[in-house]
Amino acid sequence: MNLDLAILSLLIGASAVAAITLRDLVHCVLCLAVTFAGLAAVYLRLGAEFIAFSQVLVYIGAVAILALFVVLLTRTGEIENQSRFSLQKLAPLAVCGLVFTGLAGAAWSSSLRGSQESVAASIRLRDVGRELMSAYVLPLEVLGLLLTAALIGAAILAQTEEPNEVENPNGASSHPPAKPH
Amino acid sequence: MIELADQFFVLSKQQILLLMPVAAQPLASVLLSIIPIIGVFATLFALTTVLERKGLGRIQNRLGPNRVGPFGFLQPLADGIKSLTKEDVVPFRTDGVLHFLAPVLVMVAALLAYSVLPLGRNMVALDLDAGVLFFFAVGASTELAVFMAGWSSRNKYAMLGAMRAIAQMISYEIPLILSTVGVLMTAGTLSTTGIVEAQSGYSGLLPNWYVLTPWGFAGFFLFLIAATAEANRSPFDLPEGESEIVAGYFTEYSGFKFAMFFFGEYLGLFAANALAITLFLGGWNSPLAILDWVPSYVWFFAKLMGLIGLSIWVRGTTPRMRSDQLMNFAWKFMLPMSLVNVLAAGLWRFTGHGFLGWFVCGSLVAGSYCWLGVELSTKNSLKKRVYRFAT
Repeated sequence: MNLDLAILSLLIGASAVAAITLRDLVHCVLCLAVTFAGLAAVYLRLGAEFIAFSQVLVYIGAVAILALFVVLLTRTGEIENQSRFSLQKLAPLAVCGLVFTGLAGAAWSSSLRGSQESVAASIRLRDVGRELMSAYVLPLEVLGLLLTAALIGAAILAQTEEPNEVENPNGASSHPPAKPH
Repeated sequence: MIELADQFFVLSKQQILLLMPVAAQPLASVLLSIIPIIGVFATLFALTTVLERKGLGRIQNRLGPNRVGPFGFLQPLADGIKSLTKEDVVPFRTDGVLHFLAPVLVMVAALLAYSVLPLGRNMVALDLDAGVLFFFAVGASTELAVFMAGWSSRNKYAMLGAMRAIAQMISYEIPLILSTVGVLMTAGTLSTTGIVEAQSGYSGLLPNWYVLTPWGFAGFFLFLIAATAEANRSPFDLPEGESEIVAGYFTEYSGFKFAMFFFGEYLGLFAANALAITLFLGGWNSPLAILDWVPSYVWFFAKLMGLIGLSIWVRGTTPRMRSDQLMNFAWKFMLPMSLVNVLAAGLWRFTGHGFLGWFVCGSLVAGSYCWLGVELSTKNSLKKRVYRFAT
């Protein structure tokens, strides 16, 4: 095992554990961002430049920020003191364990294990683009459609409604005010 | 002789490396690439602060700094000493670690962007196959630093400023990236050196720069506008709108931490301008064939100073936008224009580079510009805002 990969996995593991155990939700999300960065570094170490930079661009630049906004918009006060370990938390643990054993088993029985030759080093960005536009064009288009649908949905949510009555003289709009969150 | 002047820094780095013991060479090579970049751009930052204050002073019909040193050019030195010796005030309730880390992260992100910028022929610290993507990925992590600064300060003005900054950065990142797509399609590479090489050579008298094509011209200005918004500069300086929210996300920073934010912001501006030069203005290529003997880095820095001058001019002459104008401009003008621009770049590829290409692509870009402009300026008259989710 290489030293740099060991350091990276230690960083990823520690920040992932911190992301689920820390009290402050904002700290949790920032630790998650560190995990994303660590994963990007692993991709970079494996010679996959494109996926590493996409990981940083999408996960740190967008997903972490989105998670932070969700935390800030939904939190109504300090979270009440609840015990850290409860039966409820065992179910996700079991699911995580199952996923981990499945992935580890697949990696262990992979034919690539133990082979010394590096496959990733020869892949250039141009080839990634060509593959995306030929062999994987259908998944790409479906993803694009999905994201467009999400964008349209967000635009409809944010759209201002046309007031259907004459506005009150005090300036409040005609439809009842939304409930305070 | 011309060759020697052009490659002076590259050759001297090689000579210094030969003097080193073999074990120290990798580290020395890295340091010899990094230290000049930091030194040169820190000096440029110091120079720009004076030029900007003097330029803004002239625009506002006053003198600007003229007390320290000849014509006030030692002012940044005095400012630096002042900010270093100032007390570092950290409010009692701040989130200590995040409050400390935010300015560091801003600086790190801004400096990392320089590793892929070609400053001259063979003068790039890191020639990545996905250089442009690296640049944007690094820029995206600035948003996290801004959030950390605003949130950890425990100050409502800082939080408001951070929220404004993040909303603005996310909105303008899309046209920023989309405006580069045309260049990437035409050059066929994401490597910054590859893009510069694709723009070398001359057709007739004019160079083969992408800014001299209809889609490149529109893309250059879209990129510059979006980059100005990303750097939070006027007219997009709402995040630090001093008339409304004190100083935005760095309200609670003082002394050298404030100076680091300031430095990081300017480094980001220079990096964005340098990328604009790389993508649209031919990088270190000279504009005329007969001027090819001038060293490549001279051209690069001349173009950079030109763009910095342009941004000072824009800052001095434009009023600050309102928040809804900012968002309308990003989503209703910049985004459609950059999408049309991608289409125009694709058509340019197939219509040839002659009169037909100019007519088709030029009319597409100019037509959509006029149509969007008329639509937005006539339909978007001022009216009372109706809030749906707030009372």
